Amino acid sequence: MSQRNSQHDTFTIERRYRVAPARVFDAFADPAKKDRWFGCVEGWVVAEHTLDFRVGGREVWRGGPPGGTQHRNDTVYHDIVPNERIVWSYTMRLGDRPISVSLTTMELHPDGSGTRMRFVEQGVYLDDYDGAADRVRGTNDLLDSLDRALRAER
Amino acid sequence: MLNHPQLDLVFQALADPTRRDMVERLGRGPQSVSELAAPLDMSLPAVLQHLQVLEASGLVSSEKTGRVRMCRIEPKVMETAESWFTKRRAVWERRFDRLGELLAEETESERRTTRRKR
Repeated sequence: MSQRNSQHDTFTIERRYRVAPARVFDAFADPAKKDRWFGCVEGWVVAEHTLDFRVGGREVWRGGPPGGTQHRNDTVYHDIVPNERIVWSYTMRLGDRPISVSLTTMELHPDGSGTRMRFVEQGVYLDDYDGAADRVRGTNDLLDSLDRALRAER
Repeated sequence: MLNHPQLDLVFQALADPTRRDMVERLGRGPQSVSELAAPLDMSLPAVLQHLQVLEASGLVSSEKTGRVRMCRIEPKVMETAESWFTKRRAVWERRFDRLGELLAEETESERRTTRRKR
């Protein structure tokens, strides 16, 4: 785990929602709404979530399993075009260790009466946070972790 | 390791509970198609369709020995799927599922309010 390394990755997610771009945008801009989809982790305690949604504004999300390691996201908003685009970057920390730094672009395009969302995240992932060394390689472990990751945000 | 078109296929493959169940059982060891199908409440053609999706993703391979088609997990693809990047993406996929649910709930409650006002 003491080995230093940095890996880079970009991924794109496209989604279509049946509401107008303004509605989707609102779910990112309104802190109460964002709370309902962004950080609802089953069994986790959200210690802090503050959102200052404007260019240069910051967002802090802090939480974790009760008694477990705290996760912390520090976000800065770089570009906001209402109902069209948001660009932000964020550092993710586990305890006091930064595990990734990402640049994220979210675009909203009208699509009939709905919205096509395009989300691109470019990131650097630090020091093999996942700990390949102490990872037991087994397909069941994979499914568990994938399942946890999928369920974690429920 | 980061072959994105393949990762997309892996995600599509694992997005379905039946296929997750199949992969989980194959994780305990190779099985024939009929063994795979036995606990599932669906027709054999439906099972074969799921198997095709799993094979296309590379997660599962199958081979005919005599009259039996044996299915097994491809560990290398599984490891790729296990990477941190994949999990990070999975986190956002979950978030956007939730966002979709929230938007649908909003639309539904507005529809009800409008109806009540009439």
